[in-house]
Amino acid sequence: MATKIFKHIQTSVVPLPIENIDTDQIIPARFLKATTRDGFGNNLFRDWRYDNEGNPKTDFVLNEPIYSGKILVAGKNFGCGSSREHAAWAIADYGFDAVVSSFFADIFKGNALNNGLLPVQVSEDFLAKLFAGVFADPNAVIEIDLVDQFIKIVATGETESFEVNPYKKACMTNGYDDIDYILSKKELIAEFEGR
Amino acid sequence: MGQTLFDKIWDAHVVSSNEGFPDILYIDTHFIHEVTSPQAFDGLRTRGLPVFRPKQTVATADHNVPTWDQHLPIKEELSRYQVDMLTKNCAEFGIELYGLGHPFQGIVHVIGPELGITRPGGTYVCGDSHTSTHGAFGAIAFGIGTSQVEQVMATQCLLQSRPKRMKIEVNGKLQNGVGAKDIILYIIAQISAAGGTGFAVEYAGDTIRGLSMEGRMTICNMSIEMGARCGLIAPDETTINYVKGREFAPKGEAWDEAVAYWQTLYSDEDADFDSILSFKAEDIEPMITYGTNPGMGIGVTQHVPETASFEQKEQGSYKKALDYMGLHDDEQLLGKPIDYVFIGSCTNSRIEDLRQVAEFVKGKHKADNVTVWVVPGSKQVQEQAIREGLDKIFDAAGFPLREPGCSACLGMNEDKIPAGKYCVSTSNRNFEGRQGPNSRTFLASPLTAAASAITGVVTDIREFLSESEFSELEN
Ligand code: SF4
Repeated sequence: MATKIFKHIQTSVVPLPIENIDTDQIIPARFLKATTRDGFGNNLFRDWRYDNEGNPKTDFVLNEPIYSGKILVAGKNFGCGSSREHAAWAIADYGFDAVVSSFFADIFKGNALNNGLLPVQVSEDFLAKLFAGVFADPNAVIEIDLVDQFIKIVATGETESFEVNPYKKACMTNGYDDIDYILSKKELIAEFEGR
Repeated sequence: MGQTLFDKIWDAHVVSSNEGFPDILYIDTHFIHEVTSPQAFDGLRTRGLPVFRPKQTVATADHNVPTWDQHLPIKEELSRYQVDMLTKNCAEFGIELYGLGHPFQGIVHVIGPELGITRPGGTYVCGDSHTSTHGAFGAIAFGIGTSQVEQVMATQCLLQSRPKRMKIEVNGKLQNGVGAKDIILYIIAQISAAGGTGFAVEYAGDTIRGLSMEGRMTICNMSIEMGARCGLIAPDETTINYVKGREFAPKGEAWDEAVAYWQTLYSDEDADFDSILSFKAEDIEPMITYGTNPGMGIGVTQHVPETASFEQKEQGSYKKALDYMGLHDDEQLLGKPIDYVFIGSCTNSRIEDLRQVAEFVKGKHKADNVTVWVVPGSKQVQEQAIREGLDKIFDAAGFPLREPGCSACLGMNEDKIPAGKYCVSTSNRNFEGRQGPNSRTFLASPLTAAASAITGVVTDIREFLSESEFSELEN
């Protein structure tokens, strides 16, 4: 089944300089009751974004109109905790195409890649530069190129390369999906079961 | 060069391995529950695919279920819908469901082992990160996302890159009142909530060997809380004795064959680990967390760290956590009044946990300021507890024994900790809002939780043990 294709983006970013953001913050459990993949963006970072009465908290970055863009930049160990893929769905549904951090939790990284949401792992130094850049100028533009595997702060030209599993890269740049790949090897599964 | 336990099991399950691609790994049993499966079933429908091996798929309802009056319809509409959806999907795709009211119903990571489905040498996945629990049997078990749930449903396989291997050894004699939960909270506090990321962790050493299966499951359960892909412990007599005779355990000749294979499952002397860590059991105090991730733990007598002790760039996140918890630098948790005690979750809701708590609370009563919930991990645990009369002991102590489910572990069902309230909890996560919006969680062992329920404040279990008959309480 075809999935979303990702090759290259150039956009402003939304900064969230908090470490260890767990998937319970990205999407709290009480919003996991939907049985489809859509609409989770409304509850992205729900308890940081809204107060108990459902009013927007004005000091949370998603409620600050000066910040926008298709890249979320966050502190280290992003996406730890629960395996809920709803976290990746919520971030993508909200309108992000990529998340940049200095460290990602394993399961989140896999879930993001399976949903056309690119996790870009950068050095602590580069992350600090990204935060400094966007806090100095909220319109600062960042370029991410999956084909050539680099991230660039456009204003200064500072660039860093990032790692991505070659298979996953091929999936994302072509819109392939894991199930199609495994199904193409179905005779090997039958053979394995016969061993 | 010898092989690690992990590699032996992995290699035995590789269907296909191609340079530049993740391995295709065969999955022996796929556990599913109501929260992370509906979109996967939808995906199968869209593709026009069946569940490839429905007999190797086991379903239960646990996250959304009430733990009181379970015979009545689920009150919350969306929860009811999600549970009904699972029933419908399982019927349509031919999957056995241990749903509400079924004698095998319970938390997915409690029922797999107790039914003898989880066995040494196997591969197990579930759309739930605490699937690492099953590794206690010397198996590869890990949590997956919903796209992968669909993948396993469609193919009984999973695309996975082989993780690195870490060995964590714990040797020595535990102090009285210190158990498996304290060991794992201690390890996570030492290496941080990200310290195991990218690794399959094998736990070893004589302290680990000395643990019961329940204790080993508690340890492996929380592997994910240090970011590890999975945790596992080599099978031994304790493992084999636990599996023997269970509902779906092999019988007769098949049993003998299985045991012979299981006895080959250990890391060779010269096996190569990417990382090895060692801890001394004597150093471990009863543990408690003070912050908003499981790595933020201290010995119960210690003080909350000072903000200034962290690197500048970490101080913001640290302050945010302390503010959320309503704590300040250098505060001591010991003696702090609490509001709730939750004994349950896939970390600590097995019969041994309940027995230990019952033995401790017998003849005592909870403090007036505390509400206590004891939630068994499964219907079988609940019934066993009742057969042993534990429910009466709990009742007399003001600890009502509820019905099985995830309960207050995750704030998704009716059992939520109210905003601003403190809960000493035997579960595995203290994230902001985890037990309900703005709830505040102190993670601890069942004994620490029980002792705190009796006194109404965060308590050092060792104080009770030195002055009473419970000197031999150990996990
Ligand atoms: S008890 Fe808690 S951690 Fe365990 S499966 Fe249920 S919700 Fe997840």
